[in-house]
Amino acid sequence: MKGTAMKRRGFILMTGAALLSGLLLPLRALAAVWNKAAFEATTLAGATQGLQVDKETPSADITVNAPDRAENGAVVQVEVISRIPGTEAIAIVVEHNPTPLIANFMFAKGAEPYVVTRIKMAETAEVKAIVKVGSRYFTAGKQVEVLENGCG
Amino acid sequence: MADNIKMRAQLKGDVTELKVLMTHPMETGRRKNDLDEVVPAHFIQLVTISLNGNVVTEAQWGTGISKNPYLTLHLRGAKVGDMVAVVWHDNRGQSARHEIAVTAG
Repeated sequence: MKGTAMKRRGFILMTGAALLSGLLLPLRALAAVWNKAAFEATTLAGATQGLQVDKETPSADITVNAPDRAENGAVVQVEVISRIPGTEAIAIVVEHNPTPLIANFMFAKGAEPYVVTRIKMAETAEVKAIVKVGSRYFTAGKQVEVLENGCG
Repeated sequence: MADNIKMRAQLKGDVTELKVLMTHPMETGRRKNDLDEVVPAHFIQLVTISLNGNVVTEAQWGTGISKNPYLTLHLRGAKVGDMVAVVWHDNRGQSARHEIAVTAG
């Protein structure tokens, strides 16, 4: 936990400096930041382990909006809203995808814990949001029926 | 590289609605082309959104984000004329950056 938090802070500082100087982040630095273990995990358990989530508590204060049925799994629009005070991050996972972790959005002061994005889905599954609040994790999901595999 | 990112930031009440559309193939590394060759993975791994130079959201992505990624985010505390910047970096070391001013909704 601590190591990751420190790395993240270091990264934000570095990015800020890069933005100010107009420089772009070197690939080596990016490789150090991107959570390879979590994103390359091929099981949901592996992905959550990579995110260092030990236990997620279901929460009615998280809303996941997605279609009931998706004709094409290549583009499924998902909206996640967290009303939990102190939300730091929202991760989106899809259990039956080849790599279940889709994205992890980390919010700093100035951003609401809210995101809309479009994801790929291999087959019918639950789209799950995992919300980080300090060292605790909360979850909510939405089942999406997928008619055509979008993970080609 | 600005062509790679289209964006709009509109102040609506207390919240600035930021919409971003990026041009990127988001190849998973599993897809095969017409010649039955595997197309190498090529995807955005990191997206950073800043407001007047301060990072407000940082996203890490895997291959599960759709081609030509789309985002809506809600920023708080921004005023008309404030600058919103989006930067992405992909797994091949390519990147793009675009910056716009917040407009009245």
